[in-house]
Parts: sequence; C-alpha cells; structure tokens
Amino acid sequence: MSLLDFARGPALQWSIVIFLIGVLWRLLGVLLLRTRKDLSEPRNAAAWKGLRLIALRSWPRKEFLGGTAFGEVMGYTFHLGFLLALFFFVPHVLFFADIFRGLLGTDLRSLVGFGWPALPNSIVTLLSAISIAALVAVLIHRLVSPVKRLISNFDDYFSWFVTMAPLATGMAAFAHLGGWPYERLLAVHILSAELLLVWFPFGKLMHAFTIFAARGSTGMIFERKGASL
Amino acid sequence: MSSPLLGEFLRSRGVTRRGFLQFCTATASLMGVSSALVPRIAAALEQARRPSVIWLPFQECTGCTESITRAHGSTIESLIFQAISLDYQHTLQAAAGDAAERARESAMKENWGRYLLIVDGSIPTGNPGFSTVAGRDNLSLLQEAARGAAAIIALGSCAAFGGIPGASPNPTGAVAVSDIVKDKPIIKVSGCPPIPVVITGVLTQYLTFGKLPELDALGRPRSFYGQTIHDRCYRRPFYERGQFADSFDDEGARQGWCLYKLGCKGPTTHNACATVKWNAGTSFPIEAGHGCIGCSEPGFWDKGGFYEPLSTGNWGTARTVGTAIGVGAALGVASAALARKRQKDAEGA
Repeated sequence: MSLLDFARGPALQWSIVIFLIGVLWRLLGVLLLRTRKDLSEPRNAAAWKGLRLIALRSWPRKEFLGGTAFGEVMGYTFHLGFLLALFFFVPHVLFFADIFRGLLGTDLRSLVGFGWPALPNSIVTLLSAISIAALVAVLIHRLVSPVKRLISNFDDYFSWFVTMAPLATGMAAFAHLGGWPYERLLAVHILSAELLLVWFPFGKLMHAFTIFAARGSTGMIFERKGASL
Repeated sequence: MSSPLLGEFLRSRGVTRRGFLQFCTATASLMGVSSALVPRIAAALEQARRPSVIWLPFQECTGCTESITRAHGSTIESLIFQAISLDYQHTLQAAAGDAAERARESAMKENWGRYLLIVDGSIPTGNPGFSTVAGRDNLSLLQEAARGAAAIIALGSCAAFGGIPGASPNPTGAVAVSDIVKDKPIIKVSGCPPIPVVITGVLTQYLTFGKLPELDALGRPRSFYGQTIHDRCYRRPFYERGQFADSFDDEGARQGWCLYKLGCKGPTTHNACATVKWNAGTSFPIEAGHGCIGCSEPGFWDKGGFYEPLSTGNWGTARTVGTAIGVGAALGVASAALARKRQKDAEGA
C-alpha cells in the first residue's frame, strides 16, 4: 500500500470516525450538563434577547479596538481564507460532493437544484497564501507578547500547527513544490488534513462547535442580570 | 556469438545513416542523456551484437506483445527490436510444441548468464495448474530461466506489479516477477500495455552502455517514468487555471479542458505517454479525450473507480459514519450522565 493509498483509505476512514466520535462526545457531554437554578429575581425576564451577544462579540468593541484590532483582523483573515479554501477549491468540492453522494445516494444538484460552486484556482491560491501569512503573523504575535506567551500551552501551538499544515501542504501540492513527486505531496496534504480532524475534538479547535453556544448562553445570563452587552 | 553486428543488420534492412543517427538522437533525448553522447550511442549500437532474448509470457492478455508488433512497423525502433535475437516467444515464433521448448532450452544453454529475459504476465502462486506452458507451471519456468539471465525485463504491469490478474480478489495468487526473483537485476517496464518506444529504449540503452538504466524507487527506468503524465500534459494549463470538463460531452470537453474532474489519474501516474505518445506519436489517451487510468502504477485496478476524481477518497460508508455518530452520541450522553450525577452529589453534600 502506497502512502497515498493509505492516506486516501484507512487513514481517511479512521480520522473521520475519530472526528465524529470525539466531537459528539465532547459536545453532548457539555450540552447535557445540569444548569444550576438561578434563584435570584431576574432584572430582565426576556433572557433570550441576550443571544445577540453572538453577533456583538463577533465584532471588536470600540473601547478595546487599539488592543484587539490586530488579533481580530488576522483572526478573521485566516479563518475566512481557510474556510473558503476548504469548501470552494475544486478538488475539495469534488471530495465533499463524493461524500454527499455516498450518504444521500444522490448528488447535491439533483437534491437541491444547484451544484456546489467552486472558486477559481487563482483566488484560492491567493486566499491560502494570505491565510498562511496571517497565521504566521498571529504566531509571531503570540511569541513576542509576554502575556500571550505566558497563557499559551501545547494545545495552542499544536492547534496552530494542525491548522497551518493543510494550508502549507495544500499549496505545495498544488504548485508541485519541494521536488517531491505529486502523489507524495498529495498524500502528505491529505494526512495533514486528517491530523487536523483527529486533533479537532480534543484541543482548542473544538471552539468551532462551542463558540456560538458559549456566547449565546453567556449573553442570556448577562441579559437576565441586566448587564450591558 | 555468430550473430551479425547491429549496424550491419540495420543496413541490410535499408536503414540509412541519416535515419540511424536520427534514431540515436531521439533515443538519447528519451533516455535523458546529453546529446554529446549521440556519436557514442551510434558507435556502440553499430558494433553491438544481437543479444539473445528469451521472452516468457505467463498470465497475460498478449497486449504487451501486440503493443510491440502492432506499433509502427517500419520504424527503426521496431528494427532495433527485431535486431535482438528473440530465441523464444511462444506467441510469435513459428515453432510449436517440443520444438519450441527445445529452442528455448538450447538458447538458454548457449547463452547461459548472458541472455536477457523478458517476462510479460503475472505468475500464479496458487495452483500450479492455473497457467502452464508445455505442461510446466509458470513459477518453475521463471525460476529456471531467471537463473541463467543477465537481467530481467518485467514487461507490462502484470509482470511488473501483478496487474489485472493480481487485482482483488486475486483468485490465482498472482504476483510480480520481483516477488519471485530476488537475485537478478529487474527492470520494470510497466503499462497496460507499455509504450513500444519505452521497451526499445530500454533495450537500446542496454545495447549501448552494456548496463541497465537508472531506475526509480519502483524499479522503472527513470528516463521514461521520471515524470508524471500530469507534469507533461498539454492540458496542464487548464488545470492551473481551474478549467475542467464536467462531462465527456460538455463545452469544457470540447474546448480540451483538464479531465481531472472526470477521474484522470495523470497527476499520480509516472509514464512517458504525454511526451512519446502512441501510434507513431499520433496521440495518447488524454489527447483522445479520456482521462489517464494510471495503468503504469502498482495496483491501478484496485485504486477506486477510473471516473472518480483523485481528490475523492475511500472515506467509508454511510454505515461507518452512522456507527461513529452513534458511538459518539452514546459516549457523550454517558459522560454527561456521569457529570450530572457528580453535580447532584456535590449539591447534596
């Protein structure tokens, strides 16, 4: 079995299985916890209005703009770049379309009336390059900032690595960089994405599934207490 | 050896000096050697004697033989191929039965330790009766012939990697030559079938330099298998620009766009089809409108559908995914139940 066959076969299957089990385990383990009853008199009975914190926290507050602008801009840059490259690069679209076809027994177009669009390769290449630059910038920022360095642990650095690796190896595979044969570059790229999947539920990357629920519940608690959002 | 020199033989077949040098130049280019070596190639070929070649076909479809004999018959490449002393090839030779076998034994005896052994087809290791020649099983024939060979050319993907007979579930226990023979140099000229020029190129290199060509990690001549089809594909610019045909009859296909979406295996297939081409350099599968199926790579038959894009993988089945979701949900509910119990105990304490 070649490295590519391993990456496209057993490694892919196991990484998906570990990802699904891990995500559901952690998500349900948190969501089904008991919530302690708040016996205090609510200052605002319509606590659900606090859900707007999900949107509010997604944008920098004016008061802290000076301190947070860099992180916000860089964060948005690599998140958007990563997601666009992941979901709208032609070979990735083919990969997801194949999974949909396998799960649903039909392709997306016949189900919803339109296919999965893709971005031009040049745009994806540019987005990936910008994302890599932003990821390098946030790492440097983390390393030179005494406070950030102090509160960073293995999880932060490894999560950074498994996010960076698919972008870097994907660019290398697309451009045939490094003097390696394409199938090895492709295998390494697929394996790096599988490493991301395996690490995802057990590290800070899990925030992708918990961040909005956490913001929403915090917002509802604040709203109930009458705090300014 | 009493066989004539190769130069004399080619002249007797009407090959001009100009044509001969053109062939040497083309061969040097194909082999990836400096053009400064062309005079040396020409001199060496002219002085070369016809080497004895024993060709053993085993579990094969005769496609490799067809590739050679139905190539471009009047070219110098085919004359070079004719110039070898093909002492045994049971598909091509006139002799049959005991006479043919005696010819093989006699050629082997006369050229013991010097002859080239060409093998096409895989070797069954299950029941010896799965494939026999003159009542002898393939395995013992190969072992006997390999002992006296200077080198072995495993011709075609069956001999090189097991090929279609070795595809899952491999009912005959088919294996490649290299799985049997461990103590002789083996050159794998893979492909289903291999390109004729690649076969003659390997023979020419052997005749010219008296040694085997540089091989890649899989034992294939690097000069022919050093690059992928994708590397040299004329449709590559369309891949770079993200212009893909979505079906074999859409506008993209008519415009000659990249066939990646239609399952082309060019990016992972090492062969010279895109440069040497087929049928006297007329075209190759991608030029004819079909994606590469990766026939020169090990296990190409078992690497998923020919029409599934390379970026798709064997991700499992809906059942696997469903089981993983079920297990994850059960673990989540169980761990939450445990945590709730701890919470309740702590509140009660």
